[in-house]
Amino acid sequence: MAQLTLQVNGKTHALDIDPETPLVWVLRDHLGLTGTKYSCGISECGACTVLIDGAAERSCSMPVSDAVGSKITTIEGLAGTDLHPLQKAWIEEEVPQCGYCQPGQLMTAAGLLNKNPNPSEEEIVAEMSDVLCRCGTYLRIKKAVAKVAKGGKS
Amino acid sequence: MSRVTNLSRRDFLKATAAATGALVLGFRLGQTAQAAEAGDIIFNPNAWLEITNDGDVIIQVPWSELGQGALTAVPMLLADELEVDFDTVQVRKAKNDPRFGNMGTGGSRSVRTSWDPVRTAGATARVMLVAAAAEQWQVPVAECEAKLGVITHKNSGQSLTFGEVAAAAATLEVPEDIALKPRSGRTIIGRDMPRKDTPDKVIGKAEFGCDQRIDGMVFATVARSPVLEGTVKSFDDTAALKVPGVRQVVEIATGVAVVAEHSWAALKGREALSIEWDEGPNAGLSSKKISQRLAEADPAAAPVMREEGDAKTAFQSANKTAEAVYELPYISHSPMEPMNCTARITGDRCEVWAPIQSVTWGQNVAADTAGVPRENVTIQPTYAGGGFGRRLMVDYVAETVEIAKKTGLPIQMFMTREDDTRHGMFRPTSRHTLKAALDANGKPLAWTHHLASPSISGQLNPDRFADGRDEGAVNGAENIPYEIPNLEVTYSMVNTAVPICWLRSVYNTQNGLANECFFDEMAQVGGHDPVELRLDLLPKDARLRGTLERAKKEWGWPRKLANGRGQGVASHSSFASHVTMMAEVSADKNGWPTVHEILCVVDCGPVVHPDGLNSQIEGVVGFALSALLREEITIDQGRVQQSNFDDYPMMRLDEMPAVKVVTIDSEDDIGGIGEPGYPPLGPAVLNALCDATGVRIRKLPLAGNLKA
Repeated sequence: MAQLTLQVNGKTHALDIDPETPLVWVLRDHLGLTGTKYSCGISECGACTVLIDGAAERSCSMPVSDAVGSKITTIEGLAGTDLHPLQKAWIEEEVPQCGYCQPGQLMTAAGLLNKNPNPSEEEIVAEMSDVLCRCGTYLRIKKAVAKVAKGGKS
Repeated sequence: MSRVTNLSRRDFLKATAAATGALVLGFRLGQTAQAAEAGDIIFNPNAWLEITNDGDVIIQVPWSELGQGALTAVPMLLADELEVDFDTVQVRKAKNDPRFGNMGTGGSRSVRTSWDPVRTAGATARVMLVAAAAEQWQVPVAECEAKLGVITHKNSGQSLTFGEVAAAAATLEVPEDIALKPRSGRTIIGRDMPRKDTPDKVIGKAEFGCDQRIDGMVFATVARSPVLEGTVKSFDDTAALKVPGVRQVVEIATGVAVVAEHSWAALKGREALSIEWDEGPNAGLSSKKISQRLAEADPAAAPVMREEGDAKTAFQSANKTAEAVYELPYISHSPMEPMNCTARITGDRCEVWAPIQSVTWGQNVAADTAGVPRENVTIQPTYAGGGFGRRLMVDYVAETVEIAKKTGLPIQMFMTREDDTRHGMFRPTSRHTLKAALDANGKPLAWTHHLASPSISGQLNPDRFADGRDEGAVNGAENIPYEIPNLEVTYSMVNTAVPICWLRSVYNTQNGLANECFFDEMAQVGGHDPVELRLDLLPKDARLRGTLERAKKEWGWPRKLANGRGQGVASHSSFASHVTMMAEVSADKNGWPTVHEILCVVDCGPVVHPDGLNSQIEGVVGFALSALLREEITIDQGRVQQSNFDDYPMMRLDEMPAVKVVTIDSEDDIGGIGEPGYPPLGPAVLNALCDATGVRIRKLPLAGNLKA
């Protein structure tokens, strides 16, 4: 066990925890942030994606100790006072079906736009192919990201 | 007390019984006085609808929200007849409630079995509300009209909201013989209303099964036998109990459960267990042996499931014949949310929160496991992170309740992805032998289909299906839609220890594929265009034929294609809907396909939520194509060999084709939409691939089987 401090969605949390615990379980079980989803645990599906200092990372494969000192953003922290443009586009395009992978889809898209605000369709497809959706909402994901990429960040 | 018209439940029951088939939605009307659970519900004329004294309109949906949109489309039916602003309607996932009868979500039934009863429920409530307003004003009902939740007296201009008359309406008798709106009067049905679940799903607030958090809850993982149906011989939990956070270790029917304060501790604790398994009788079971049993199934000994004319004689007079064998693997549902369940036993009561399809079955299993009366069990369905049929099984409910009972703690049992894959309940493997006899014009005289597969019903109820006849297993094969004078469909039930259950569109996935691929083989042997031969053999009034004619036109069949590309077609009816798909594909030098475009023409009768329908079709194209490309569960030494998305790869965005959906929107009988898109996708793609490459693929998935 170790004393750790995490910065999540602008708040500081002190934890006494096994430093090897994957970040996804810390977010979900210790901090009550259940928006981040576990699905594979081996970085294959991307459902657990969060932003670490603005970059999309798999929280299922990141020991919590590696996240210390970074700014962690989860789906609960993606919106500011208003919804993130991606969230608005997701609603306009009615992207989700079951919705379980969508936090990971949105955080992956947010990470993409952080590093490349105007990705081409090929770049969108390449990046968003990292995240599995069993319901097959892929076409809508592509459309929603392209919509925001075209419009730029508001 | 005022009487609107004669009261009777007859029409409701009639409509309900006609519409629901196996899953009967029980209505009990006139339940105004018993809405005790929520103090402010003042009007509750049926199980679906509640109006509060604040004027809130709440619609209870007894169908689980698996992503198919039931939580939006079903309330649309009620709201349209009720005449209420859909944006203001609140929706709820209904708990188990005897008024809904046997609650279970499957068979693409949510909307189609709700079509008559739920619209009638809304219309009935509206009539009562309007009658209450008319009575208050002492004016004829005919002079009053309801719109957007407000009742207006046309002559005087007076108005009352639903909330204002709800209490008075609750004292009225429930009327019968309520006329439903004509199609032209609909204001919500047929429109793209915003999905009720979308906003919460994009901000991380939608609560799935694994997101439930109840007081004192602890997390549990279960170590299950690696060999199918193996059992615990002995175990040592000394090291597991030393893992910080682990609270208890208990043996349950399916293995050893580790209970801990957090998920990670439960997983570490499980890793630290030392278990000796009794591998039981299945340690020698393998996919190879199962395939061999399917191949050895004797068609002469197989029960005849359909027989028209005399196929044997027809083959003797055939000018040409065609014959092929198709083989399909076990596949896994693998919804993104692995199986999980939350349960609390308090005295003689048991509460369950679960992403679940079979609510009533879950209730019964929870009661039996907890040892409490069935009426003391509450099942609260949560959002489900996909279902696809896997959550029709209630194994994970039984495990959770058993752990809660043995530990005395509120439990959330969760499966890892590896657990979910290895302990899945798969789509059965199958083998199809098809033969066709053609006349001198290349038209079919006879068609025979011998299929061999494990039977879902037979494995679940061996005694009831001891005669080897499972109508379900031949679904999509025996009801082949083409007019062929001599037909024979036979079925060999080959049951194994590999757990199986219903996967999206069930046996239609295999039977539709075998039928529609072999149809093209037959057309080729006979020298016919596959679309023209289908049109020739489909009855003139068949709705399926209508989808094919429309597809031909939309596609421009046969389309002029770029070099190296192929086009394919498949038509299939299932779950009371009729679908034709056309596909355009190209192939690399190994024959591996890229699917460029799918056209899907659907006739499901009335289209309730057009964008929801499109979404389901786009989704099922991805789901079915994923299975076609790479999905396969194999068994060796009695063990499921796949475990996670690295060895059970599912399709991603980069392989998703463009999808165009066309609907034939009509007032014909309503059909389902979650499943009927699956069966034609595979054969349309395989037929297109054959058109592109000249190679006919008959064994799936494509990965590993291209060199046939």
